[in-house]
Formats: sequence, C-alpha cells, structure tokens
Amino acid sequence: MTWLRERFSFQLIGAHAFLIFYTILALFPVVLVVINSFKSRAAIFRSPYQLPNSETWSLIGYETAFSRGSFPLYFYNSIFVTVISLFFILFLGSMAAFALAEYKFPGNTLMGLYLAVGIMIPIRLGTVSLVRLIVDLNLINTLWALIFVYIAQGLPISVFILTSFMQQVPRDLKDAARVDGASEYRIYAMVLPLVRPALGTVAIFTMIPIWNDLWFPLVLAPSENVKTITLGTQSFLGQFVSDWNAVLASLSLAVVPVIILYIIFSRQLIRGLTSGAVK
Amino acid sequence: MSSTAKKFPFHIIVFLAPAVIIYTLFMIYPLIDSLRLGFYAADPDVPGQEIYVGFDNYTRLLTDDQWAPRLIGATRNNFIFFAVHMLVQNPIGLLLAVLLSSQAIKGRTIYRSLIFIPTVLSVVLVGFIWRLILSPLWGISRDILETVGLGNWYQPWLGEESTALITLSLISVWQYVGIPMMLFLAALLSIPDELVEAARVDGATAWSIFWRVKFPLILPTVGIVSILTFVGNFNAFDLIFTVQGAIAGPNFSTDILGTFFYRTFFGQQLQAGNPNMGAAVAGVMFLIILAGVLLYLFGYQRRITQYEF
Repeated sequence: MTWLRERFSFQLIGAHAFLIFYTILALFPVVLVVINSFKSRAAIFRSPYQLPNSETWSLIGYETAFSRGSFPLYFYNSIFVTVISLFFILFLGSMAAFALAEYKFPGNTLMGLYLAVGIMIPIRLGTVSLVRLIVDLNLINTLWALIFVYIAQGLPISVFILTSFMQQVPRDLKDAARVDGASEYRIYAMVLPLVRPALGTVAIFTMIPIWNDLWFPLVLAPSENVKTITLGTQSFLGQFVSDWNAVLASLSLAVVPVIILYIIFSRQLIRGLTSGAVK
Repeated sequence: MSSTAKKFPFHIIVFLAPAVIIYTLFMIYPLIDSLRLGFYAADPDVPGQEIYVGFDNYTRLLTDDQWAPRLIGATRNNFIFFAVHMLVQNPIGLLLAVLLSSQAIKGRTIYRSLIFIPTVLSVVLVGFIWRLILSPLWGISRDILETVGLGNWYQPWLGEESTALITLSLISVWQYVGIPMMLFLAALLSIPDELVEAARVDGATAWSIFWRVKFPLILPTVGIVSILTFVGNFNAFDLIFTVQGAIAGPNFSTDILGTFFYRTFFGQQLQAGNPNMGAAVAGVMFLIILAGVLLYLFGYQRRITQYEF
C-alpha cells in the first residue's frame, strides 16, 4: 500500500512541476516588461531580470508615453465603445432570446438558425462592404461605427446562450404572472434577473474580443481622436519602436489595467467559461 | 384555426426586431454584399462605376502570376498556422485541463487563473511583448537558452524565413492555450464521479481511465475546440500585422489569409488597394471557413452525438 502512495505523490510532484513551469512561462514575459518599464535605458539592457532599485529607477518611458500619446483618450474611447456595445448586446440579445425561448411562432427555429450563423462566420469577411455601408451612413471615423459592428458581432452568441438559459425558467412562474394580468414585456422584465449568471457569461465572452480588437478600429475608425486603446497602443508602439523606455511603459500602461480587471472578475470569468461554454 | 390569429402577436416583433435589424444590416448584409462585390470590377470606362465580371477576379487569384503565388502561399501558411495550433496548443490545453481537474492538486484554481492571463490580453500587446523578448538587441531569449546550455541554438527566429511562421504560431499558441484548457476542463469536470470511480474499482490505471473513460466522453469538446481553432486561425490577422506588418515578412513567409486580405483591400506601399479583389479574397476565406464548419457539423458532430448515450 505504501509504494502506491509514494508513486502517487511522485506523480503529484510531477504535476505541480509542470504546472509551475507553465505558469512561469505564461507570466514571465509580461512580468519582465512591467518591471523593466520602471528602469533607465541602460539598466533595461544591463540587468533586465532585476527589480528596479534606487539606482535604476526611471519613469522616463511613462513621461514619453503621456506627453506623446493620448492614452487617457484611448482609454476613454475603448471604455465608451465596450460599455455601450455590451449594453445593447445584452439588452437586444435578451429580448430576442426571450421571444425565441418563450413563443411558438412559425419560423421560430429558422429565426434561431439565422441568428446563429454569425457564431461561426466571422464578420470580418464582410469588411469590404461594411466599409462602404459605414461611409454611406456617415459613420466613418466615429465610435458609433465600431459600436454597431460590435453589437452585430456579439448578438449571435448572446442570443444563443440566453435562449438556452431562458428555456429553463419554469413555465408556471410566467403563467402565474399572466393570470395576474402582467403584460408580455412585464414577464420579460421578470425573467431577466433569473438568468443573471448567463448575462454575466455573455458579457465576458463578448467584452474581451471588443476591447482587444484591432481590425475594425484600424479600418473603420483610425483617426487620432477616435482611436481605441488597442489601436492607439499599436500605432504608438510603431512610432516609438526604438525608444525602449517608451515601448515598455506603453505596453505596461495597456497591460496592467486589463490584468487588474481580470483579477477582480476572474472568478466570474472562469465560472462563465466552465459552465456556459459547453451548453 | 382563427382563434390563434385573432390577436396579432405584436410583442414578438417588438422583442425580435431590434436584434434582427442590427444583425442583418451590419453582419448578414455586408457578408452577402461582399460576396457579390467579388464578382464585380472597376469599370475602365466610367470611373467610380463597377461592372459585373463573373468569376474573373477568382480566376485571376488562382492563375495570375501576380496573385496566385500570394494566395497559395497565404493559404499554405494558414494551414501551417492551424496545424501548429492543433498539434501544440490543443494537446497542451488538454494536458493542463487534465492536471487541473484532479482533486489531488492543491492550488489548482490559482494555476488556472494565472495560466489564463495571456488569453485576456490583446494580440497587439502579446505580439510586441514577444518581439521584445525574442529581440537580439535585448537578448532575453538568448540568455535563457544559455542558462540551460543551449546558447548556440539561438537565432533571430522572427527575422528568418524558415522560422518566422512557426515562431509566430507558437506565440499565438502561448496566448490562446487558455481557451482549450478551459473548455476541456469544463468537460472533464462534468464527467460523473461514479463512472471514474467504477473504473477505478475495476482496477483501471489513471492512464487507461483517461483514454478509455474520460476521453471518449469529452469527444464533443474536442470537436468544438477544433472548429473554434479552425475558424479563429483562418480569420487571424492581428498578430502577424503587429509583429511583421502588413507585408508579412520576411519575404511573405508569414503571410496568412487575413494579412493577404488586408493588403489586397487597402493596398501597400506600391500597389493601390482593390476592393473587388479584396472581396474575392474574403470569398475564398469564406469558402474555406464554411467548408470547415460544414465538415464539423455533418462529418464530426453528427457522428459524435450518435456515439453519446
């Protein structure tokens, strides 16, 4: 019996060793960039693996980033686009999902399939025509161009996930409300809080790709005043490619808020991924 | 018969219309219209007008000396990009998920959260971070190889034609391994304990429990992960664009369909953009993705659902 336990703990050590190795592999590049962003140029090259100390400490990169790039503006643009898109993805998506889950009407299944097409076919393939449409609508170089595209892109997965959750809301509850004279809109408002976990899952699934998208900001809204943080960082990095302090500082400026948000929401994110994803 | 029709279900339209209108206008219409534009070309006689040219754009893409090598190269590179993800990313994701699903591993939620961090970062940041790490100027990757005694293995991988594509694929794997990990983990956690327990009582080893009991049960997830990888890879663009620029150097060795599409549509230094050829490239991408999705839906998923209980 003891040999079995020993073999078992040997396996356990192996498992931990692999997981620790992989965790270091995942974090090392990011950590290295962040700690070096606080160092002088000489120290970045001389001692890249050391934490900054009183001798090597320097904020010159951040000074360049703030004086030459408009990072606060980029952040504002990204937050605006992401929040508004997310609101409509959840609001319009939940309304459509409610209709698909609640009512039997001719074409119900067909409508569900139609809305699901967008899960598999990337909207990017329609870019040529989308650019013309956005120009025709006079939305080129506006944040609303991005918002409309992101809503369209997020709706399919939103409707898909929310429909399956709304189907699980007990019928009796809704019928009881109907007997009491509640309108259908009222019943929708009643069901919505019951699928809150699913709304969280959808929010996370759709938020990350919107925040991180480079393609549509690049083709639909490339002007300086409407740049999102992803595009803003990309073009700033392109300009300052040989200024190591500025590059490391701007990378850290873009990375750290995302990681802080991730740490705050990682529990919900992971729960969403591990529960909603496979449904 | 008429009793159901007596009150028109106006509310159903109110619920569905906003989503359907936005989705149709900004997604379905551009997709279809873009496919249509692939059959048109700029009218040489009337500037600003487009005329129907049938399959001309596609024929040019496939046969013209200027276009065909680029299309074939980008498609081939894209399949290599996909193959690296299937052979490296998804097996590592599965291995991590297996380890993290074990009750015996302490601190598994911490590992899980940390390993997922690169996945939430934008590709732009990941691309630049790796450009710095691999840069011969900074010498980080050389230092690391030297510490493990492999110093002379070091090359400027991103700068050489023979290694750039594989290096970029591995950077992408590094970033996205969290997704298969999470999906496999969810599938493994949903396997009932009794099944595994029964096999263990019968004397099965951990190895055979995995391959005989668990793996067959997560086959649907293997399919989902594969098709998500496929669609994601054939739609990829950001990483190559960030690290190598739109010309996907060195010498087009990292050109994939996304960067080829971008160059064709928007042009590059010497060549003006061509929206109709761009639409045709998007049409080729659409066909490849559609073929993959259909193969998954009818070749894989259907067989798997029969295999399930």
